[in-house]
Amino acid sequence: MPHDHDEPHSLLPSDPALRVKALETLLTRKGLIDPAAVDEIIDTYENRIGPRNGARVVARAWRDPGFHAALMADATAVVAEMGFYGRQGEHMMAVENTAQQHNMVVCTLCSCYPWPLLGIPPGWYKSDAYRARVVREPRKVLADFGVELPPETAVRVWDSTAEMRYLVIPRRPEGTEGMEEEALMALVSRDSMIGTGLARQP
Amino acid sequence: MGGRFGDGAVVPEDESVIFHADWHPRAMAVTVATGPLGQWSIDMSRHARERLAPKDYARFSYYEKWMAALANLLVERGLVTRDELAGAADAGPSPLADKVLTRAGVAEVLARGGPVERPSPVTPIFAAGDAVVTRAQAENAVVPGGHTRLPGYAAGARGRILRLHGSHVFPDSNAHGQGEAPEPLYAVVFPASELWAHPEHPDDEVVVDLWQSYLSAAP
Repeated sequence: MPHDHDEPHSLLPSDPALRVKALETLLTRKGLIDPAAVDEIIDTYENRIGPRNGARVVARAWRDPGFHAALMADATAVVAEMGFYGRQGEHMMAVENTAQQHNMVVCTLCSCYPWPLLGIPPGWYKSDAYRARVVREPRKVLADFGVELPPETAVRVWDSTAEMRYLVIPRRPEGTEGMEEEALMALVSRDSMIGTGLARQP
Repeated sequence: MGGRFGDGAVVPEDESVIFHADWHPRAMAVTVATGPLGQWSIDMSRHARERLAPKDYARFSYYEKWMAALANLLVERGLVTRDELAGAADAGPSPLADKVLTRAGVAEVLARGGPVERPSPVTPIFAAGDAVVTRAQAENAVVPGGHTRLPGYAAGARGRILRLHGSHVFPDSNAHGQGEAPEPLYAVVFPASELWAHPEHPDDEVVVDLWQSYLSAAP
């Protein structure tokens, strides 16, 4: 039986599904949430905002040198012009992989992630294992994803400790010259924009 | 937990997987929907998750932490009572009900987000390339046990300024209702060898976004 000094959450049912249901019911009854708004938020992130947004940014950066230069100089403004802005993407920066340097993104303190460009973070991004390990042993984490870097490539891990959000621009695969934006997008996996993957070969 | 040992493998998953249980999207969306009530900042809600009892933090899954932190915040900020949470009291309409996020308001709220760049009276004292040292303790300097965004693994470490991001709201203050206190925020780059006893590669680096208060000039 919970006591007065216990944290308030212990007053809710312990089963998580029942816990959410109880909280949602209470907040609805008090007029503090609208279930239709809750549905709308879910629909937004299940169906409208996801990693294809980021893939479009990458594909365009690969194809268009002017866009690429502008993106590297001020990513927030450039992706906003494409309609990608708002919650958890207020301050954006693009970081680009080269033969000498591979970039990876994490939030060791919580789960900060560029929602307007990549959607809801995947389970592994929010996991203790990823948050704990990637800053210390990025190559071993890459091995979990089946990725191996050449020995000459250094890794730079970006820990998203503030409200800056990072988008990795993966290296453009060879043999993709002249490909259209949509075709290039298909090569850009979500993981390649976090740094746990590489762009696919055509 | 950055740098901690013993967590096991990272398990990749397909891009089509967004949630792992039916209650996950509801936990996410209920949390997002309560933000516009204006009763807490993102720093307060992050701090509410961090200060769950360590035994709960360790055993709760990701969205269980969100739910527990939300329940605690709702009571702490007076939006619901303990009896209401326990189902022991009839819940009446809240005086904040006129601020409820409606379906029609969702797109605008998500599009607006919560930008944190602000004009600040604090002048940047570092420039790109400057050598800096972080605070020796990854603790809130004003509020004992309070919120901070200096990771433990980067405490007392020597790095160099990569970039000034601008002046951003200071979580160590804002999470405690002590004002936004914006100050310069920098990307600071550390050689992996500065942070870890056994770095994987001599040229590896970790970049951490750090507020000016966390930094001093390296001797």
